[in-house]
Amino acid sequence: MTGTLNATAAVEIDNVAVRFHSKRTEVTAIEQVSLDVAPGEFVSIVGPSGCGKSTLLKLVSGLLKPSAGSVTLLGEQVRGPRHDIGFVFQRAALLEWRSARKNILLQAEMRGMNSAEAGKRADELIEMTGLSGFENALPHELSGGMQQRVALCRALLHQPRVLLMDEPFGALDALTREQMNVELHRVWRETGTTVLLVTHSIAESVYLANRVIVLTQRPAVVKEVIEVDLPDERDYSATMARPEFATATAHIRDLLGAVTGHD
Amino acid sequence: MKPVSGDRWRGVAERSWRPAALLAACLVIWHLITVTGLVEAYLVPSPGKTFDLLVDKWSYLWGHTWVTTYETILGFVVAGVLGVLMAVAMVYSRTIESTAYPVLLFAQVIPKIAIAPLFVVWLGFGFEPKVVVAVLMAFFPVVISTVTGLKSVDAEMLELAATMGGGPVKTFAKIRFPAALPHLFAGLKVAITLAVTGAVVGEFVGSNEGLGYVILQANGNMDTPMLFAGLIVISVVGILLFLLLELAEQLMLPWHSSRRGAAVTTLLAKGGS
Repeated sequence: MTGTLNATAAVEIDNVAVRFHSKRTEVTAIEQVSLDVAPGEFVSIVGPSGCGKSTLLKLVSGLLKPSAGSVTLLGEQVRGPRHDIGFVFQRAALLEWRSARKNILLQAEMRGMNSAEAGKRADELIEMTGLSGFENALPHELSGGMQQRVALCRALLHQPRVLLMDEPFGALDALTREQMNVELHRVWRETGTTVLLVTHSIAESVYLANRVIVLTQRPAVVKEVIEVDLPDERDYSATMARPEFATATAHIRDLLGAVTGHD
Repeated sequence: MKPVSGDRWRGVAERSWRPAALLAACLVIWHLITVTGLVEAYLVPSPGKTFDLLVDKWSYLWGHTWVTTYETILGFVVAGVLGVLMAVAMVYSRTIESTAYPVLLFAQVIPKIAIAPLFVVWLGFGFEPKVVVAVLMAFFPVVISTVTGLKSVDAEMLELAATMGGGPVKTFAKIRFPAALPHLFAGLKVAITLAVTGAVVGEFVGSNEGLGYVILQANGNMDTPMLFAGLIVISVVGILLFLLLELAEQLMLPWHSSRRGAAVTTLLAKGGS
């Protein structure tokens, strides 16, 4: 799963650095990060607050240009905003005048997709994410979890081969979050999409991923890459109870404690 | 969630009785002032006398009302279109914004009533100078509110749009413009009341028709009942145009969250919510 052959990598981050300039100072958000993600792989990225995890996703999507190094997505170097990805933010970022279904279909309208096909695909996703019955609800009528499901459906509508998620469940309550984790896991297994997930939750990072990338404090470098030794079929409670899960989460907690200086 | 029609009218009644009572109280005070002879009748006519005149001279007033309304609507529409176009240009080009904004502000602080005579000199005594004054008065709030609205769009939403590859035109049509509509309507509502003022100011300066002319004539003839009648008609025109915009807003933006808090002016268009 670790994708040693660069040519086959879905995402290839090669020695990137990101520096932000303000009037007098220069802040280095990312010092030097390299990372390959294999097609179909689920990679979680954890790190202390403000370490540049989200910046990494913006680099992959082309919304931000690296100060040094290069990013290659699906065999093509990233030079500007890429359209062959799906993006989910912490806030659902829905258009409040559109129903759930119409928010999902925004993706199709912006891309000029065939509307009949897009409609069919939207209905499948609505079914898959448990949004049935809420298609015509406006965003303010939906709970936080439901809104985030709509955002996920929108990100998956065009069947992107890479899905980028920036703390998608950060604003949800613990119980909803677990539920969303289980659903995301199932969706990932069903779609076979490559996923890059930035999260603050150690449990979430381990439960969902094949690999967990631990970043250091700013300027961020890769502290360690943890291979998650869990079966692909992951029942939530059973997975939590496994010794491998406990070992991995404890290890990541130690690493984060070490980088932040707490514990 | 939607009230049935009985509740709807009860809702209207509940929200309208206070302003109606205040209005009635004002009329009573007005009436008392005139009947007690506190103020001479030629200075302040009684409500009854004013009302009688409104009825008697209705056809005369109606013609002038139509002129003022026409000037107001024309000025408002021109200001709306120009204002939105200007706002779009300012939001999409920093150069245009930094160039035009100070000039706009400068133009806004010039008292319109002071330059209105100039438009009469340039454009004559027809409806054109009145429309120009109305446009000048209504333009600024439309620009400011539309700029605010277009800039209010979530940065993440725009980033998302960039990954969807729809291009700037689709992003504008599907995301930016609809998101700006609540702000735009707020500006339009201010603009319509200013457009009425603009049209009347234009008529004050030089005309032979319109409600501004009626008031000026009545003033010259010490015809205070006619003066009061003119004022009342102008107010009614302004309120009706404002309510029309409220109605349009509710029809176009049923989703808008600020609609969920009832305003005094929503009472005509909708019952509860």
